[in-house]
Amino acid sequence: MSFELIIALLAATVHSGTPILFATLGEMLTEKGGVLNLGVEGMMSVSAFAAFMICLTTGSAWLGLLAGGVAGLLMGGVHAFVTVNCLGNQVVSGLALTILGGGLTEFMGTPYIGTSTEGFRPLMLPLLSDLPVLGPIFFRHSILVYISYILPFLFWFFMRRTRLGLAITAVGEMPAAAAAVGLKPRRLRWFAVTAGGFLVGLSGAYLSLAYTHLWTTGLSGGRGWIAVALVIFAFWRPFRAVVGAYLFGGVMAFQLRLQASGTDIAPQFLLMLPYALTVLVLVLSAWRGTRRSQGPGALGVNIEPEG
Amino acid sequence: MQKAWKVVFTVLMLAAFAVALAGCGDKAEEEKAEAPAVEQEQAEAPEAKTFKAGFVYVSPIGDAGYSYSHDLGRQYVDKMDGVETSFAENVAEGPDSERVIRNMARKGFDVIFATSFGFMDPMIKVASEYPDLKFMHCSGFKTADNASNYFGRMYQARYLTGLVAGSMTSSGQIGYVAAMQIPEVIRGINAFTLGVREANPDAQVRVVWTNTWYDPVLEKDAAISLLDAGCDVIAQHQDSPGPQEAAEERGAYSVGYNSDMTAFAPKAHLTAAIWNWGPFYKETVEQVRDGSWKGGESHWMGMEKDIVDIAPFGSMVPEDVRELVEAKKAELHQGNDFVFTGPIKDQAGEVVIAEGETPSDAELLGMKFFVEGVVGNID
Repeated sequence: MSFELIIALLAATVHSGTPILFATLGEMLTEKGGVLNLGVEGMMSVSAFAAFMICLTTGSAWLGLLAGGVAGLLMGGVHAFVTVNCLGNQVVSGLALTILGGGLTEFMGTPYIGTSTEGFRPLMLPLLSDLPVLGPIFFRHSILVYISYILPFLFWFFMRRTRLGLAITAVGEMPAAAAAVGLKPRRLRWFAVTAGGFLVGLSGAYLSLAYTHLWTTGLSGGRGWIAVALVIFAFWRPFRAVVGAYLFGGVMAFQLRLQASGTDIAPQFLLMLPYALTVLVLVLSAWRGTRRSQGPGALGVNIEPEG
Repeated sequence: MQKAWKVVFTVLMLAAFAVALAGCGDKAEEEKAEAPAVEQEQAEAPEAKTFKAGFVYVSPIGDAGYSYSHDLGRQYVDKMDGVETSFAENVAEGPDSERVIRNMARKGFDVIFATSFGFMDPMIKVASEYPDLKFMHCSGFKTADNASNYFGRMYQARYLTGLVAGSMTSSGQIGYVAAMQIPEVIRGINAFTLGVREANPDAQVRVVWTNTWYDPVLEKDAAISLLDAGCDVIAQHQDSPGPQEAAEERGAYSVGYNSDMTAFAPKAHLTAAIWNWGPFYKETVEQVRDGSWKGGESHWMGMEKDIVDIAPFGSMVPEDVRELVEAKKAELHQGNDFVFTGPIKDQAGEVVIAEGETPSDAELLGMKFFVEGVVGNID
């Protein structure tokens, strides 16, 4: 493989890793608050449609991005209502959201298949994009990719250095103790689930506004499930999520390039790679199951009302 | 007590979602296919009966692609006097399609066109229940007394687009975004490559499989990976215009499929291998109406019947290339199907079709090897 090809591969890695990164951070925030949301896949496709629709009707990519986020937030709201207020089973509610999201997108989105929008185009950062090697890899993408560079730092700062972030962590670990010191566990869980939904919504918007500019249903293509697995892979830490997201983006981009450069490896094997990697990662993180690899203490456990 | 109520509420809410979803799926199809038919049955009894033709599509019609090309054919039929058409789009292959086809049969459609491979068995089954109606299946191999099948020799059009691509490449590397590993796709890649190598004997066609029929994200990515590998013309088999978009953005050339894809890549689109179902659908409807239609037949038609064609050339295609392609097209048009006439070598360089020989239809329909000049593999 030539040098140019490797640069192109790494640039494609960033390109295809970005939506996974947004979704992984969204799910991570939700789980930090103690709620497991398996609806990521469905939320992603609904928000991809919302973003596309709004961008198509208003002509503004930024409004589209916002709409994608809000759609994710609303879907997160449904999950929060079911699990926090009604004490519904988190797994069942999440799966229902995935099925609902896929169906809704199919139903509403089918008439628009094949239409295209302007969306976000690559934005060359002055100076940075001219850097050798780093420029073409990191600084010739759409603005959403640049946002995704800052996001893990913000996420880390929010969880570790702000009152709200620490309160969410406390509710995720032990809601009863958090309530005892005067925090409002339900309200905090609502916040974690809807804010996490907003981030997942941004990943959907990235798919329909920056990844491709053509609408079709089924854009999420399993990326939501990969994000759920990556949260475990990342041990609920934002910077490890970056590594995981780019690892998956890289494998997806690599298998296509390996085929294009003419290889004897069966294409089915290459197409299987990202999914085989998911299984491997889950096995490894379970096997190395030390204390630090465990999730929030109250993850998946609903807050029962006292008395 | 309160807790129990909440559990019940949650279950009800989930059930409501499920019902809403199921409702959505049915409604879309009923609106299009069923609603008008009920009223007509009462109204038109004494007058001359209108002829009704039904079409079943596997994907949404959209504005490009396989089902779109069939729907252009339907619209052609719809313009005929005394003929009324109806269609159901986005019908899943398997049990779902059997229900849709049976619905049409029950409404008394005189002829039903099922346009995807997976509709074959369901259609044959419904055909045996409604012996008075006529059934046509696209791209399969089973027939019955009241059911025939049909398909087009798309490889002829692909060969012509290969001539254009081979003439226009400067790197000698052409990328082909391939769908599924089935003979239809392999035949298309081979015919395309034969065209490419006729215009440019040293050129290579690089194949990337996506294992999809419609996934714009993946298919665009696959095209970009081919462009990264040095290709400067992109051809495709899938229904999405994703690969066209990639070629347009990178300033490369592209060859479309199914229908004219110029709108998606105005600067890149050289031409496209396209379907032209209108005349055949019209002829079939006329035959069914005057009673000359026959069941149990297989129609595999090419350029001589105008079923396949190529889209108008982009303005970048020079005059000499156009003349070369038009000359070959005229030959195919006269019924001289020379595309796979030997000598043809496989990837290892061994002659698989001897000089002067032409493979039988059965051999073409079961094609499982790549010709010389293709970089890629089948397992």
